[in-house]
Amino acid sequence: MELYDWLLALHVLSAFSWIAAMVVYSVAIAAGWRLTVPSDVVRVFKVARVGDPLIAVGMIGTIVFGIWLAFDEYEIWDGWIIAALVLWLVAAAIGGQVGKVYNGARNRAKALVDEGRDTSSPELSAMLRSRRGLVLHSLSFLIVLALLVVMIYRPGT
Amino acid sequence: MLAAIRPDSWNLPLLVHVLGASILVGGLVAALASQVVGWARESATGALQLARVGFYALLLAAVPGWILMRVGADWIWREEGWDDVDSEPAWLGIGWITSEAGGLLVLVATILTGLGARRLRQSGSTASTLVRVATVLTAIALIAYVVTMWAMAAKPD
Repeated sequence: MELYDWLLALHVLSAFSWIAAMVVYSVAIAAGWRLTVPSDVVRVFKVARVGDPLIAVGMIGTIVFGIWLAFDEYEIWDGWIIAALVLWLVAAAIGGQVGKVYNGARNRAKALVDEGRDTSSPELSAMLRSRRGLVLHSLSFLIVLALLVVMIYRPGT
Repeated sequence: MLAAIRPDSWNLPLLVHVLGASILVGGLVAALASQVVGWARESATGALQLARVGFYALLLAAVPGWILMRVGADWIWREEGWDDVDSEPAWLGIGWITSEAGGLLVLVATILTGLGARRLRQSGSTASTLVRVATVLTAIALIAYVVTMWAMAAKPD
């Protein structure tokens, strides 16, 4: 295998990791939608935690190996590469906001459990059913899918 | 540099294949995470909740992802003209084997997790042998698909 093959393979695997993380978060958001008891919420967020290393590897891997590939085999100023970089930045920004919404719910659930108030909490339920969180997560997922489309179709080449 | 000269007609089947594989792996990761967290015999409520999360992750993410991946695989296999080739390369052989065998594992794991969740609800137990067997099957399928993703992405000689 040549350097190009390695870089492409690692870039593609990183993209897999990123989308897999988005699926894990989607499962957690769906599973948490009807929860009201803090300990149940903490449990679901334990499952979601597996998405954290996946998204870190996915985002860092796609950008590092992607830029390396761009310099090695393509032109960094190609339209589809610039589009991908912009989408990556937007996905990162929105992903950060999604994290804030759901980390807030997770922290609140943990605090309630620690305080011994492990009973149905309307406040926690409202945090988990956050319209903002759902819209931002959906948008983030769509942007990652758009990135995949740009990577495969390479418009302008 | 095959990817750089890929005909346009390959793009859509490749997108379907890659998207399906990503969703499949994400569903398996989410299911495995919930099954592993549930393995701890923490409480009957927790065991049931996590078995359900695992079941729905398999049913609503891994299984549809597998179908998309498999449809895309068959489609691009024909587009690339592999149906006219006598001896396929090793990476393609790995893909077929894991796609078929892994699909069976995913299906059996889904059924076992669903049955396990039902038994947990009926018995009020903190653990289910069926869910534990499904956990092992899910782990095997996930490992097989990660190896396959590497083979598909790197296409080693």
